[in-house]
Amino acid sequence: MAKELLKGNVAIAEAAIRAGCQAYFGYPITPQTELLEHMSKRMPELGRTFLQAESEVAAVNMVYGAASAGVRVMTSSSSPGISLMQEGLSYIAGSEVPAVFVDVMRGGPGLGNIQPSQSDYNQVTKTAGHGDYRPIVLAPSTIQEAIDLMVLSFDLAEKYRTIVFMVLDGAIGQMMEPAELPPMRELPTERPSWALTGKGNRDKNIVTSIRLGAQPLADFNDILQEKLAVIEKNELRYDELYTDDAELVIVAYGTAARVAHTAVKHLREENIPVGLFRPITLWPFPYQQLGELADRVSTFLSVEMNAGQMIHDVRESVGRQAEIEFLGRPGGIIPLPEEIEEKVRDMWRQKNLAAQIN
Amino acid sequence: MATLAFQQSEEKVLKPTEKLMYERPHSLDETHTHYCPGCTHGIAHRLVAEVLDELGVQDKTILVAPVGCSVLAYNYFDVDGAEAAHGRAPAMATGLKRVNPDSVVFTYQGDGDLASIGIAEVIHAAVRGEKITVIFINNAIYGMTGGQMAPTTIEGQVTTSSPNGRNVATTGYPMHIAELLSGLPGTAYSVRRSLHDTRHIIQAKKAIKTAFEAQIKGLGFSIVELLSSCPTNWGMTPIDALAWVRDSMVPQYPLGDYKVADELQKKRGQR
Repeated sequence: MAKELLKGNVAIAEAAIRAGCQAYFGYPITPQTELLEHMSKRMPELGRTFLQAESEVAAVNMVYGAASAGVRVMTSSSSPGISLMQEGLSYIAGSEVPAVFVDVMRGGPGLGNIQPSQSDYNQVTKTAGHGDYRPIVLAPSTIQEAIDLMVLSFDLAEKYRTIVFMVLDGAIGQMMEPAELPPMRELPTERPSWALTGKGNRDKNIVTSIRLGAQPLADFNDILQEKLAVIEKNELRYDELYTDDAELVIVAYGTAARVAHTAVKHLREENIPVGLFRPITLWPFPYQQLGELADRVSTFLSVEMNAGQMIHDVRESVGRQAEIEFLGRPGGIIPLPEEIEEKVRDMWRQKNLAAQIN
Repeated sequence: MATLAFQQSEEKVLKPTEKLMYERPHSLDETHTHYCPGCTHGIAHRLVAEVLDELGVQDKTILVAPVGCSVLAYNYFDVDGAEAAHGRAPAMATGLKRVNPDSVVFTYQGDGDLASIGIAEVIHAAVRGEKITVIFINNAIYGMTGGQMAPTTIEGQVTTSSPNGRNVATTGYPMHIAELLSGLPGTAYSVRRSLHDTRHIIQAKKAIKTAFEAQIKGLGFSIVELLSSCPTNWGMTPIDALAWVRDSMVPQYPLGDYKVADELQKKRGQR
C-alpha cells in the first residue's frame, strides 16, 4: 500500500481495525476523540461492535466483558479518562484477559489542559491500577510507528493474555504525516478455549480476579510475575542514534524524542558527540541496554514532557556513577530543539571543564 | 470424606408408575454454597436455574456476578461466568452480550452493588435497551461487609452505619429501583417480587422466566427486583426475617409489574 497523508488519531483507529479489532468501547475526551469518531463510522460499516459508553468507568468494564468473550477489543482515552479506568485495568490484569488501550496523553494533574504531554508515564508503567502487575507500554514517536505498534499491540495482548498500552501525546494524535496503513487482516473465526461464549458442550469457563485464600492469591501472583519476566526478556524495544561514539546521551521517547533527534543532528554539526537513546517499550524498560551504554558514557540527559517521571528509570539503568541531568516541560509544553541544544552545549562545556581540572 | 445425599448423582431409573416430582436443576452445580443459613440467595439461585433449564438456554448463558454476597455465584451455577468490579456488572454484561449476541447474559446483583455504586451502569444499560437480564436482590442492607446502610435501607432501620436508625433527612430516602428503571423506553420488563413465602416464590419464578423471555425475544432490558432476607445482618431468626420482609419491606416496596412490554403481555394473555 502507498503512503497517504494521515492524521495520527485516525491512522491509529484504522490500523486497529486492520489489525482485527472486533470491538471498541470508548468515551469522548480531547485530544483522542477523532479515534472514537473514526471507530463510530467504520466499525458498524464492517459489522463489528462500536459503543459509546456513559463514562470511562463503564467503557473499561465493557472492554473487560468483551475481552472475557475472547474477542480483539480496545478502548482509547486521555489522561483523566485513563485515571478513571484504573479499576477496570486491575480487574482485567487479575483475570488475565487480553485488552488494548490507547492513551493520548494530556497535561495534568486534575483536569489540567488538552496540550501534548507525557504526564502518564508513572500512571501507565508503574502498574496502572492496584496490585502487582505491569501492562506492556508502547510509545511511538511517528505516525508510521504508531500504526505499526497498534498492530503489534493486539498480537502482544493475545500472546501474553495481558494489557497492552500504546501511549502517545496530543501532538502525535493531532498531527498529519505521510504513512502507510497495513493490509486488512482476516478476523479470527474461533474464540480461545478460555473465552465466555456460553458453555455449549464443554465444561463451564469462569473469568474472575478473586482468589479468596492468601495462598491461592500468592500462587497467582507468582504466575503473573513469571509471565512478566518472560515479557521483560522477549519484548524490549528501543532505538539508538549516534550512540556508537557518543560521550553524552539524551534519553527521550515519543514527541520529546523527535525534538531531541533534531537537536542531536544540529549538535553533531558542531562536533559535539551526542547520541539519542529512545525507549519504544516504556515497560519493559530497557534498563540493561541503557546500563550497558553507561559502561562507556558517563553523562545522560533525560528529556521529557513532564516534571521528571522516566528519569527515575534512567537513574536505575545507568547507576549512581553516571551524571544525569533533566530537561522537562510539564503543563503541555513541547520543548524546542534550541532548548535541548543549549542544555547539551552547557553540559558538554561543564564536562570538558571538569576533565581539564582533573 | 463422607458423601452427601445430593452428591449421589447416579441416574435413578423411574418405574412406569413413578413420576419425577423434584430434581436438582441442571443449571446449578452440585456443590455447597457459602450463603448464611436462612438467606434467600439459595432460593433466588434455584429459581434462576430452574428457569434456565425450562427455557433450554443453559448452554448459551453467561452469568455476570457482582461484588457482594453473591460474588462467587458462578461457582454455584453450571453456566459460563464472570466476576465484575463493584457495580459494573451491567457494563461488563454489555461487553459480553454485544460480542455474543446469540447468548443469554444475566447479572445477579445486590442493592449496594446495583443501587449505590453501580446505579449509572444499570441505568445506562436500560437506556440502551441492552438485551440482558438483571436479577436484583434487595435485602435493604450491605450483606457482605457486615450490615451497613444501603440505598434501599428503609426509614428508621438500624444498621451498623445507621445505628440510630436511617434518618432520611440526612441520608436520603429508600430507592425504588423497579419503578425507576420502568420509566426508560429501553426497559422491556421491570417488576418487583418477594421471596418471603411459597406463594410469592412461585410468582417470583414466573417473573424471572418472563424477564429471560424478554431478553431472548430481543425486546430490551429486563429486571426482576426480589425482596430478600438477611437474617445474619438483620439479627433475626430466618423465620422472623421472612416476616420482616412481609411486614416491613413489602409496604415500603410494593410488589407489582412496573413495566411489561406489549409483546410480553400478549403472551401472558394466551396462557
